[in-house]
Amino acid sequence: MGDEMQDQAGGPMTAAVDIQSVTKRFGDVVAVDNVDLEIADGEFFAMLGPSGCGKTTTLRMIAGLEFPTEGSLKIFGEEVGTLPPNLRPVNTVFQNYALFPHMNVLDNVSFGLRMQGKDKRESAHAAQEMLELVQLGGMAKRKPDQLSGGQQQRVALARALVNKPKVLLLDEPLGALDLKLRQDMQNELKSLQRELGVSFVFVTHDQEEALTMSDRIAVMHDGKLLQVGTAEELYDQPVNRFVADFIGQTNLIDATVFDADMIVLANGTKIRAPNPYPAGDKVAMSLRPESISIGHVDEVPDEFRSTSLTGTVSDVIYLGHSHVYTVNVDWMPLEVRTNATPTSIKHEPGSEVAIWWDRRSDWVVPDEGHGA
Amino acid sequence: MAGNAKQLKGNTRWALGLNATLVYVFFYAPIALLILFSFSDDPLVGRWGGFTLDWYRAFGENEEVQSALGVSIRVAIMSTVVSVVLGTMAALALERYRFRGNKFFDALLYLPVIIPDVTMAVMMLLFFTIARNAASTIFGVDVSKGVWSVTVSHIAFSISFVSIVVRARIAGMSEKLEEAAQDLYASRWQAFRYVTLPLILPGIIGGGLLALTLSLDDVVITQFVAGPGSTTLPVYVFGLIRRGVSPLINAVSVVMLAASVLLVLLSLVAQRARGGDVT
Repeated sequence: MGDEMQDQAGGPMTAAVDIQSVTKRFGDVVAVDNVDLEIADGEFFAMLGPSGCGKTTTLRMIAGLEFPTEGSLKIFGEEVGTLPPNLRPVNTVFQNYALFPHMNVLDNVSFGLRMQGKDKRESAHAAQEMLELVQLGGMAKRKPDQLSGGQQQRVALARALVNKPKVLLLDEPLGALDLKLRQDMQNELKSLQRELGVSFVFVTHDQEEALTMSDRIAVMHDGKLLQVGTAEELYDQPVNRFVADFIGQTNLIDATVFDADMIVLANGTKIRAPNPYPAGDKVAMSLRPESISIGHVDEVPDEFRSTSLTGTVSDVIYLGHSHVYTVNVDWMPLEVRTNATPTSIKHEPGSEVAIWWDRRSDWVVPDEGHGA
Repeated sequence: MAGNAKQLKGNTRWALGLNATLVYVFFYAPIALLILFSFSDDPLVGRWGGFTLDWYRAFGENEEVQSALGVSIRVAIMSTVVSVVLGTMAALALERYRFRGNKFFDALLYLPVIIPDVTMAVMMLLFFTIARNAASTIFGVDVSKGVWSVTVSHIAFSISFVSIVVRARIAGMSEKLEEAAQDLYASRWQAFRYVTLPLILPGIIGGGLLALTLSLDDVVITQFVAGPGSTTLPVYVFGLIRRGVSPLINAVSVVMLAASVLLVLLSLVAQRARGGDVT
């Protein structure tokens, strides 16, 4: 078309949330450890990690429910470090929703507007409109405990969004819903976010949820921010063992760097694996189960000879669309996932096989960030 | 579940029925007798002399009874108001904030619940005597015991009860609700006023009624710390018994009983009608 994407303001965009060297300590415990993070305006941003990794604490600091011990936290350029939550242009959808049990749905949703001093009728009107948007127009007079989990979730969403926050924070918003409802809500949240154009920052321990919904994801572990990137970046180019292991499923194979193009596995096999690390460094190679091919020992195509191994099938599971093999290569079991078509050959347990992969699909990570 | 309840067989059923009947007779026969004989036209307690309302008339006309009743009500209301405010504040502090010596204050607050009344009474008496001496030496003023000392004593033991009841209510309420209120632009005071308070109100009312009842009931502590002119109704009744019993006591007791029942009913109504409208 010829027209170019340009920032309309012309200058550098102000980040919706700008976290610089933020540390949060609770007594001796470091919950968030020197985190730097920028969240763009209009972005669907996920903070992902196992429980206790500091993701919720980070979210609470943005909300103002906790204050950073050190560092700077800005919302649209304004330093908010120790500003109380009621003076921040952000709203939160709490885990388990935290709806006010003594108020009906309409009063819950209009609460924020009322507290900002808006007129009672005007607030009720805006609240009703927001309830229509989340398809709960007819539930205004109900009490929260008369609603299903999914409906409560929508009320919580409406209660936050009615205030037109500049950033919406969501703390494990779908954690309490069952699987089917969760998938529906994922889509709804995503389209709601697109419609409103507001930044959504949401915290989850569910990597699939993060991958499906977010523009960018921050992976946290032990209070540290390990990596920020798109789903593809995290999946294909994890920065360390932890991220490789946490995002999706992978085979992590211990190795030593031979040179910039080769690594040596535990059994002495040299494998083609481009990497930026100095020779002799301990590394791990991440190999996704679905990027490995499997076949008879003499079937390895020539171009994949330097990225192949041999082993014995110890187990195979048929999943309809795919076969999942466990292949023992000498010193460790590897998972291999192949498409199951009527013509594909199934390798029975006990058979000797070769496995190979494209050298662009293995990925070398430094040997750090062990364990989940 | 009702479906699982066993069908009771003949003897067992009969024995349990008798047991229940006896328990209720044991509870309510004295009350029935008390009410009955408060209408008895015979100066001897426990002898039926025909129906009369004289004792209630005497209750209404007897100036000593009236003044004791006045003192009781004044003390009860003042001590309830103060102990509800202080007890609720203590409950909020202990339940919502972590601070040095939290556990210690916790234990300290509940001490009055387990201290025997007599001990508490002697403590209070000693305290007021020393306070009086101190006041007269330092400020040269004479603060003899009176309604105020009774009130202070009642506050002292009521705070514990109020805070126990209120705390149970706060403990059942998620802190997230207060955070949600603040996240929705409520100041700390507004969060308390529109979210915390309505939700713990049943606890506060319950605690307040408990304080009111305890204050109206107390004999032992009040007797130790009461001065001239600060005789409460229970203390007066107690004194009346020692001077010789008359059915007037019955009438006074029935009035107190009726008042207690009324308080309980009020508390039920209040708890049912609780609303949290933001206006």
